[in-house]
Amino acid sequence: MLLSQFLILSAALFALGIYGLLVRRNIVLILLSVELMLNAVNINLIAFESVIRSSDGVGQVFAIFVITVAAAEVGIGLAIVLMIFRNRKSANVDDLSLLRW
Amino acid sequence: MTVGDWVSQPINWVFLVVAILVVVSAFRVVTAKNLVHAALFLVATLGGTAVLFLMLSAEFVAWVLVLVYIGAVIVLFLFGIMITRAPTGRDEGLDAERKVWPAFLSIATFVLLAWASVDAFGGDIVNELGEATSTELLAKSLLGRFVIPFEVVSFVLLAALIGGITIARRDLDPAEEEQRRAV
Repeated sequence: MLLSQFLILSAALFALGIYGLLVRRNIVLILLSVELMLNAVNINLIAFESVIRSSDGVGQVFAIFVITVAAAEVGIGLAIVLMIFRNRKSANVDDLSLLRW
Repeated sequence: MTVGDWVSQPINWVFLVVAILVVVSAFRVVTAKNLVHAALFLVATLGGTAVLFLMLSAEFVAWVLVLVYIGAVIVLFLFGIMITRAPTGRDEGLDAERKVWPAFLSIATFVLLAWASVDAFGGDIVNELGEATSTELLAKSLLGRFVIPFEVVSFVLLAALIGGITIARRDLDPAEEEQRRAV
């Protein structure tokens, strides 16, 4: 297996994440797109680790950190979505124009 | 490595099948008209990623991905979809009207990243299903060299937990609070 095949796959996932982030209007779907991008980063870390084969598994340790931070991000993100929904009765980013001039 | 060499290895066919599954379901995540379907397609993407991790001999991370992402994060997403009372059927209003520039930007990002990675690492070869990284090694590394980041990340999780509860909790009316205190 070539290293670059994994890198191209993760580039595709990252690009799809960017597309979803820009096109989606529902906040929950925007968070899903962010998850796609974080997943692309994880694929890169694991692929590089299996080439370098470091003595202490740095790439895999960092992938675990990324997964942990992503879990925390989803928790906080959905709590904020819940609060916004309770106050504005909508989970649509286009409706959040309070700070717009 | 020529194209013929690449095709002749069975493991590359496995990779191809899994990669197509991952990319197609990721595409459906960002284009599905149904919120619940988008969340469930993310499960397929993450499952495929876990298979890729197994192929790259990262067993522990693959199962962490399955447990934490598919087991916990997706459930959280489904809760979020249900609580925000999003329309669970087809909904045409999920996307913005203008899609040309986002599509252009994402294709440009893909071309740039793919070209850069092929240019820099085109010839590197991944170990073919080598010996799996042992969980023991990861544990020694996490609690040895990376013990401080490990503690920081556990603190981040605790802060996120408390913050999530504080943000999402409904404040009671003063009268309601009085009533509770009386009981």
